[in-house]
Amino acid sequence: MAHSIIRPDRRQLIKGIGTTALLAGLGAPYVARAQSETVKIGHLTPLTGFLGPLGEYAQLGVQLAVEQLNAAGGVNGRQIELLMEDSVNPATASTKAERYIKRDNVACIIGEISSASGLAIAQVVERNNKLFFNTGCNSDALRGSDCSRFMYHVEASNSQYVKGVGSAFLRDGLVDGKKIYFLTADYAYGQDLSRVGKKYIEANGGDVAWEDLVPTDSTDFSAYILKIRQARPDLIISNLAGNQITNFVKQYTEYGLDFPYGGFGFDTAVAWGAGKGNFGGEWPVVWHHNLTAPGAKEFVAAFTQKYGKPPENQAWGDYLATKLVAQAMTATKATDAEALIEYFDDEPKLDILKARQGYFRKRDHQLIQEMYTMTAKPLDQLEDEWDLMLLGNAVPGDGGDLEAIAPTEEENACTLSAA
Amino acid sequence: MPLELIFITEQVVNGLFVGVNYLLIALGLSLIFSLGGIVNLAHGGFYAIGAYLVVLLFDRIGYPAFAAAPLLVAVIGVGVERVFLRPFYKADPALSLLLTFGLAMVIEQALRMIFGATPRPFSIPEFFRGQIFIGDFIYSRYRFAILLVATLAVAGLWWLLQRTPFGRIVRAGIQAPDMVGALGISLRPYLTIVAALGLGLAGLAGAMMAPITGVHPAMGAEVLIPAFVVVVIGGLGSFWGVIFAALLVGVVRGLTVYFYPPAAEASMYLLMLLVLLFRPRGLFGERIARFE
Repeated sequence: MAHSIIRPDRRQLIKGIGTTALLAGLGAPYVARAQSETVKIGHLTPLTGFLGPLGEYAQLGVQLAVEQLNAAGGVNGRQIELLMEDSVNPATASTKAERYIKRDNVACIIGEISSASGLAIAQVVERNNKLFFNTGCNSDALRGSDCSRFMYHVEASNSQYVKGVGSAFLRDGLVDGKKIYFLTADYAYGQDLSRVGKKYIEANGGDVAWEDLVPTDSTDFSAYILKIRQARPDLIISNLAGNQITNFVKQYTEYGLDFPYGGFGFDTAVAWGAGKGNFGGEWPVVWHHNLTAPGAKEFVAAFTQKYGKPPENQAWGDYLATKLVAQAMTATKATDAEALIEYFDDEPKLDILKARQGYFRKRDHQLIQEMYTMTAKPLDQLEDEWDLMLLGNAVPGDGGDLEAIAPTEEENACTLSAA
Repeated sequence: MPLELIFITEQVVNGLFVGVNYLLIALGLSLIFSLGGIVNLAHGGFYAIGAYLVVLLFDRIGYPAFAAAPLLVAVIGVGVERVFLRPFYKADPALSLLLTFGLAMVIEQALRMIFGATPRPFSIPEFFRGQIFIGDFIYSRYRFAILLVATLAVAGLWWLLQRTPFGRIVRAGIQAPDMVGALGISLRPYLTIVAALGLGLAGLAGAMMAPITGVHPAMGAEVLIPAFVVVVIGGLGSFWGVIFAALLVGVVRGLTVYFYPPAAEASMYLLMLLVLLFRPRGLFGERIARFE
């Protein structure tokens, strides 16, 4: 451009950006407790970007767990030292995981939400014989083609989400012989979810007649909503992510269409962000603060007392992972990966703050657990800003095999490399 | 009219509505740049502040919050101009670029520290809920309200710049700042008011978008880039250029969603590329001699 308005001194600009990146990427880790002879746990999760809201809850969850464990005497008589950092993106997550292990000598790594970063961390722990407990990455591939002996999944897989809420759509007659509209986040997670979802819909006699791939930086959904109105589908399925869901739900309500809708992926923070009168549809959820299991109630009470708000499902994931790791360390009187793998590979029944106990499936290290569906609570029944959702029954229903909603070996084969 | 054409028309009309969202932010950006020569990368931050303020105030004072929030942002703008922008009017633009980039990050992190990263819940106020049908077209009543307010704001700004002594001095300041100075008029207070106006417009946009978009700390970054694209397409410093470009970007985006959704966000960059190839100064950007 001949008439350049902006004349940045290139070197200066690059220096500025470089410094910023350095500060953002390599900040000193937050050290909760510094003592000798502690057991160190490294926590990584994205705090910035569109997954940041969930990452914030992840940190609150892991902090509460460590605090409770230390108050009760730690593990094997040693206090736990928690290191927490922003994982930012796959490259940074990988660097930080490496540093946690090499420099800080952590016993294991907990956390992550982005499936791409989760894969990066898995590759680092595998090289170093440490464990990684995934608390927020949903991609089926992480449990299948990319599975690792050193990676355990507290977070449910996309299959569990799809089959969980899918059973509610089947019950309501919204799948068989119906024409369905997919809105899919145009990146790895959305595409994996769409693939799993399509397989499920087609296996149950439905037809995914339309699918729009939505760029992740889209904030206005009105053009999509008009297309949906033109298409007149029997059901709209969101394979969207994070803040996209908040925007879509708000604007769908704004345009007042009455096609039934819901989604294959969900976090409660997304509904909380939409606000009263905007949230609707049928959604799957891995855990919810209204669950009445004793463990859930204790966790909700402790969390609410400490932070002044109920825990989001992501807080449950990181809290639970920390408690399960501590449980395994106490039971085995060890902190090394092989001992812990041996412990979990016996598939012990674990209290996972739900009505039914769960277990880590030996062949792919997925936590086999019940899921829930939820819909919007009628406006006149809402008690506070957190009370937007009506929790449905657990899936699978009473007496149903929990494996029924997990990916089968044919759907998602995993070969764990031997030690 | 064949059905297909009706739906395409619907997307075009809806695109005009979407374009209005970019308009207010882009106008403020352009205004501050025209007079002060500052490319304000923190502009999106003030959009976010406007949104947060309306969420906070609506519970306490109701509908007047939609007027109070942008006014408060303008007041904050006066402070920001005096402390941060003033020293950079005559400096290398790269310096103000770095400054406002830093300011944008400070605002985003401050919002995150105060309100948390979780989106703040906020709904369309009762009075504006519902839809309007015109023949086969459907529109949200709230977006009509946004259109009305935005039109009034733009008309008001036009009147201020074209028909008042204040506007004459601002325009003279844009064209020939030295001449204005030679006439014994200090541009300082005008720069302050222009910055307050520009930032207030961003605050107004944020306040109006809060009910239909996620209110979260990074929301400013989401609108900054489209606003820049609009300003560049329209031509830096051109009032009508910004308006035309904002509507054009909205329409092109709507049509892209209709025909090829994965390119929805890329469409505006492609549009910018085409415009810059054939009209490097933007569609209406003739009068920027001062900066050449």
